[in-house]
Amino acid sequence: MDTIAMREKVVNAVLTSTESVFSTMLGLELTAGDVYDNSGAANPTDGVVSLIGLAGPWMGTGSIACSPSLACKISGALLMSEYAAVDDEVLDAVAEVTNMVIGNVKTILEEEVGAMGLSIPTVIFGKNFATKSVGSNSWTVVPFHYEKETMIVQVCLVQNTEGQAASKVGFTNPQMAMAD
Amino acid sequence: MALDVLIVDDSAAIRKILQRVLRQTDFLFGEVHEAGDGVEAIGVLKTKRVGLILSDINMPNMDGIQFLGQVKANEEWKSVPVVMITTEGSQAKVMEAVELGASGYVRKPFTADQIKEKLTGLF
Repeated sequence: MDTIAMREKVVNAVLTSTESVFSTMLGLELTAGDVYDNSGAANPTDGVVSLIGLAGPWMGTGSIACSPSLACKISGALLMSEYAAVDDEVLDAVAEVTNMVIGNVKTILEEEVGAMGLSIPTVIFGKNFATKSVGSNSWTVVPFHYEKETMIVQVCLVQNTEGQAASKVGFTNPQMAMAD
Repeated sequence: MALDVLIVDDSAAIRKILQRVLRQTDFLFGEVHEAGDGVEAIGVLKTKRVGLILSDINMPNMDGIQFLGQVKANEEWKSVPVVMITTEGSQAKVMEAVELGASGYVRKPFTADQIKEKLTGLF
């Protein structure tokens, strides 16, 4: 499968998976926005970013990013509680949502490309920080809107030319986080 | 007699959700124990007598497949039903869990009804 065909598969998988997770486990209906590519420019942001590694015949990273207030709403819907500020429970909930969304993206993609591995999620919360993927590969970015806020689901995958190493789970594109 | 339950998942959020789902069922469960990975879960099993295990697969230290293998290889624990609740949806993983002796397999995201239905089939 070439990169263009894979991008289309990724977009469809992200749409299907995100809508399934949010409607089934959170009872939230999201509206998908226009898909775009991001070449890796590191724009400073505030909020919560959760990252999870994918490995196998295609390898890379999946990520969910949102504002602190949306992270609290997501966590509140998942755990049927109210959160006024980001705490350990909110970070854990965002990590688990990422695990489910990207995990189901992986399952959908496996039907086309074969077995893949998934790492344990890493979640980052802070102000005025940026994340970027080392290398020149672009991210496929799918924004989702809920009320007046936006959550970003993005995936960066490259074909593994060194064999079908599904057991090599981890961050094949090392992530960087920077803050002032 | 009420059965104690062991929930094994590295996500505290999922452990909390499963506790809530268990409380919504008609089954008479006793104490609910929690573990964040397979190593912790083995530690719980050494000290508590449980009648049902709900386990994730993708966890640090000892994953759910390794944990399931250890449970089913132990004379004292092998009769305890283990239901895998996980994002791992590949057919190979499902088959691996079933071959090791898993009593059920539920994919995340799940509904409370899916968990209740799976438990109804066990008790």
